Amino acid sequence: MKELIMNMPMMLSLTVGAYLLGLWVRKKSGLALLHPFFISIPVILAVLKSADIPYSFYKESNFIIDFLLGPSVVSLGYLLYRNREVIRLNALGILSSVLTGSVVGVVSVVLLGWLTGLDEMFILSLEAKSVTTPVAMDITSSIGGNPTLAAVSVVACGFLGAVAGPLCIRLFRIKSPVAKGLAMGCSAHGLGTARAVEMGAVEGAVSGLSIALMGIATALFVQLFNMYVPIA
Amino acid sequence: MKIIKGIFIILAHLVAGNLLSSLIGFIPGSVVGMVLMFLSLLLGIVKEDSVREVAEFLTGNMTLFFLPAFMGIMDLWGILKVNFWGWIAVVAISTVAVLVSSGWVQQGIEYITGKEDAE
Repeated sequence: MKELIMNMPMMLSLTVGAYLLGLWVRKKSGLALLHPFFISIPVILAVLKSADIPYSFYKESNFIIDFLLGPSVVSLGYLLYRNREVIRLNALGILSSVLTGSVVGVVSVVLLGWLTGLDEMFILSLEAKSVTTPVAMDITSSIGGNPTLAAVSVVACGFLGAVAGPLCIRLFRIKSPVAKGLAMGCSAHGLGTARAVEMGAVEGAVSGLSIALMGIATALFVQLFNMYVPIA
Repeated sequence: MKIIKGIFIILAHLVAGNLLSSLIGFIPGSVVGMVLMFLSLLLGIVKEDSVREVAEFLTGNMTLFFLPAFMGIMDLWGILKVNFWGWIAVVAISTVAVLVSSGWVQQGIEYITGKEDAE
């Protein structure tokens, strides 16, 4: 029985199928806030747990999907090109808000982590959480955090941003499309961008650009910050 | 044919991005590749039409590509459950702080430079 499930095509179908199911449920329910992850993650967890399949096997089998994250980040260059005018006109604002975002991201993690008495290893692994996964894993290893914890935190952060982002945008009266794109992309990287693309072309492109800029700004800032402000 | 060409162009930019990134050090290859892709389109080295379909597919389904990494939570659960609420609280509050601060800075600058007419 287990051999029927524990093989690569089955594991790949599980990921793609759970994602499709998530999209389908959101479409049928008409709830734009119902992020596909609410469905996909429990479904995958349930299947892996009930069939007793270790994460390492699931991860290996889904290597190709994981890999596509790289090409999809490269493809954001195409969105940038399509919206080059908007970006050119807002260069100053985009740069300032990305710098603000990366500083707020790192400092808030350290401050909140210290306040809540979070383990140092957790704090180190959370500093780069607003950056896209491959970037965050690199940054985290370089400062001595746990890259897997960083990856999970990045996705959790992106998920939270994608779900709560549209609400926060309304609540805090962020109205300009460029500002919306920056808010989504700086806080929630690729998952925020996926949501921003649905808001509009400008939002999506600016959000995609903030993934790249946040990656660069945070990589630099985390190094500087840890050089001058040792935790604990 | 066109899709294969699109795939090749995007992979080629990723490869070039990885190469450059190994020279620069701290900026990952995919991010460098994104900048290179933008430049290639800007300079006319790559035609917009030849990557459109593949690029739209990839950027339109990014959510899917994050799924396998998140399932790593299965292996981390042991250390995560001890600090779970602290972890969630820090991630959530910090995410909202970044979201609001970056959005406001942009909106403030639009206001100062009088570019509210963006929409």
